[in-house]
Amino acid sequence: MDKVYGRSSLLTDNVMHYCPGCSHGTIHKLVAETIEEMGLQSETIGISPVGCSVFAYNYVDIDWIQAAHGRACAVATAVKRLQPDKMVFTYQGDGDLSAIGTGETIHACNRGENIVVIYVNNAIYGMTGGQMAPTTLLGMKTATSPHGREAAIHGYPYKIAEMVSLLDGVCFVTRQSVHSPAAVRKAKKALRRAFENAQAGMGLSFVEIVSSCNSGWKQSPVEANHWMEENMFPFYKLGDLK
Amino acid sequence: MAEIKGTINVDRERCKGCGVCLGACPFDVLALSAEVNSKGYPFASQVRAEACTGCANCAVVCPDGCIEVFRKIWKK
Amino acid sequence: MEEIKLVKGNEAVALGAINSGCDGYFGYPITPQSEILETLMELRPWESTGMVVVQAESEVASINMVYGGAACGRRVMTSSSSPGISLMAEGISYLAGAELPCLIVNVQRGGPGLGTIQPSQADYFQATKGCGHGDYNMIVLAPNSVQEMYDFVFDGFDLAFRYRVPVMMLSDGIIGQMMEKVSLSRSRPRWSAQEIRSMSDDWATTGRHGSRARNIASSLELDPNEMERRNLDLQSRYRSIESAEVRFEEFLTEDAEYIVVAFGSSARIASETVRMARAEGMKVGLLRPITLWPFPSARIAELADRVKGFLVAELNAGQMVEDVRLAVDGRVPVRHFGRMGGIVYSPDEILNALKQEGRSNG
Repeated sequence: MDKVYGRSSLLTDNVMHYCPGCSHGTIHKLVAETIEEMGLQSETIGISPVGCSVFAYNYVDIDWIQAAHGRACAVATAVKRLQPDKMVFTYQGDGDLSAIGTGETIHACNRGENIVVIYVNNAIYGMTGGQMAPTTLLGMKTATSPHGREAAIHGYPYKIAEMVSLLDGVCFVTRQSVHSPAAVRKAKKALRRAFENAQAGMGLSFVEIVSSCNSGWKQSPVEANHWMEENMFPFYKLGDLK
Repeated sequence: MAEIKGTINVDRERCKGCGVCLGACPFDVLALSAEVNSKGYPFASQVRAEACTGCANCAVVCPDGCIEVFRKIWKK
Repeated sequence: MEEIKLVKGNEAVALGAINSGCDGYFGYPITPQSEILETLMELRPWESTGMVVVQAESEVASINMVYGGAACGRRVMTSSSSPGISLMAEGISYLAGAELPCLIVNVQRGGPGLGTIQPSQADYFQATKGCGHGDYNMIVLAPNSVQEMYDFVFDGFDLAFRYRVPVMMLSDGIIGQMMEKVSLSRSRPRWSAQEIRSMSDDWATTGRHGSRARNIASSLELDPNEMERRNLDLQSRYRSIESAEVRFEEFLTEDAEYIVVAFGSSARIASETVRMARAEGMKVGLLRPITLWPFPSARIAELADRVKGFLVAELNAGQMVEDVRLAVDGRVPVRHFGRMGGIVYSPDEILNALKQEGRSNG
């Protein structure tokens, strides 16, 4: 028998700290596979955020910089400017990127930094215990919106991918998911395209991956994927935005 | 016509029993085990091994990278 | 032939950056230091030395760019003035925690809050007592001339890389804005990628190559035992810095009965006070700490054994005076004289304060 699928050699032996069924694991795997297939292990520097994926550096065997909350795009800017021949990407959650890090994100996009931004949007703060994020859907219950998110109190969920797609420095914006085999394969293609854009110096590529946080959503992993399809995808529509 | 035969190898200790792979399999090959690993998780195992085509859907969606996939194709 | 130029202190920092082999400057405009970024953008060093210059969207972004550049083993720096340094506090703590070298220039203005654009030395506590959260220190260099604003860029990078710590140059609006002649003869190229690899391959994030383990720049450690060990490592590094890197300057202290302690622009003003006092027959000397951390406590303690008192002159409500008192340990009186809010004292104001000091001590 021939091996047709196995663990990427760029994934370390560490067992991921993520909850069972967490999308982060799948996305980490895609990042590792993409870097491995492009032969970029020695050329890539990842910037990890604050949030559940703060420990991304434990799982993908490349050089990493752990950034302060929200600041990954500023960190990545300097890393890429000082080492223009390297592949530089940030890996950020929705709290990190679209709340506290909005400024750094928008301005790195606007400067057209030749980096890849991987934005994992699960509409909640996972690490701190399931609080409301800017991306939390209206009506969604979280630790800080226990009666459901109300626009009058909490404002509206927002779509930062659509916002950055308006900026001239951004060459590619896509919204993907990893809840099914087909979605995973598509998401990987999008990542590959983003990495190739950075290599070609085309500007910033923004890859949003709509994800589940089954612990934060208080569902089983399989239920969470169904809930995401029914509730998240109608608002965060999948596909290429730019 | 070709006959396709596949099989998988699950890293039982790495598996957290999330069950996402079960629904990804088009042939209902997988189920969660009755026994648990050292961390207390049930793990994915083949209950209809003969139906596996080695399509790798289970491995592709596995968040923890626990599944290796093998495949053989016989041309007839 | 030695190149001499007449420049502002802020311009000297920009020239020092280019000539000291700096790889990247990341900054945001704020008075009274904007000439640093302006000069760099005017000189376009990316076309000569390859140095990167980025105008960031905020001080928060600037310091995090510095964090990223420092993690790559490069000589990187930023500059700002007081309110901007407050915004950088988080990033400075991360730099210290992740053991990353960098240079931060603070051209101080008066606070608190938005305060004033006039000069001040009211960020002494902020610079020497940490600035951000956690147990850490920055090496703090206090220039008192335009020449030193040039030279301390070199020294700052050297110290930062010797100990892998952030270094602050604590200047103020007087030194930053005034013009003096500067010798630009000190000069060195940027490090090559090869040099960076040979110096910093065990920590710099330049790409995981060959058999070396991946490098991770991080200040995070959830295991309390390991986190304490990292803290103890930092503390032992700080003790080494304290024993090896204290810098100060003395003026007419040999026979002095009273010592004025002053740093930066205040030391320039106080040196004139000392001359005036000597002309009147008062035995006054000046001690000027050049490193504010580590502080010249041992030297001050020695002097405390043979002088009648100290006067600490600083443009604030009394900050460095606390460190002088700790060093003197109650043996002789230590008084403070200061002005605030952007007002700069004249040499005779300090002289009057000295005379009162003399009278009150009998």
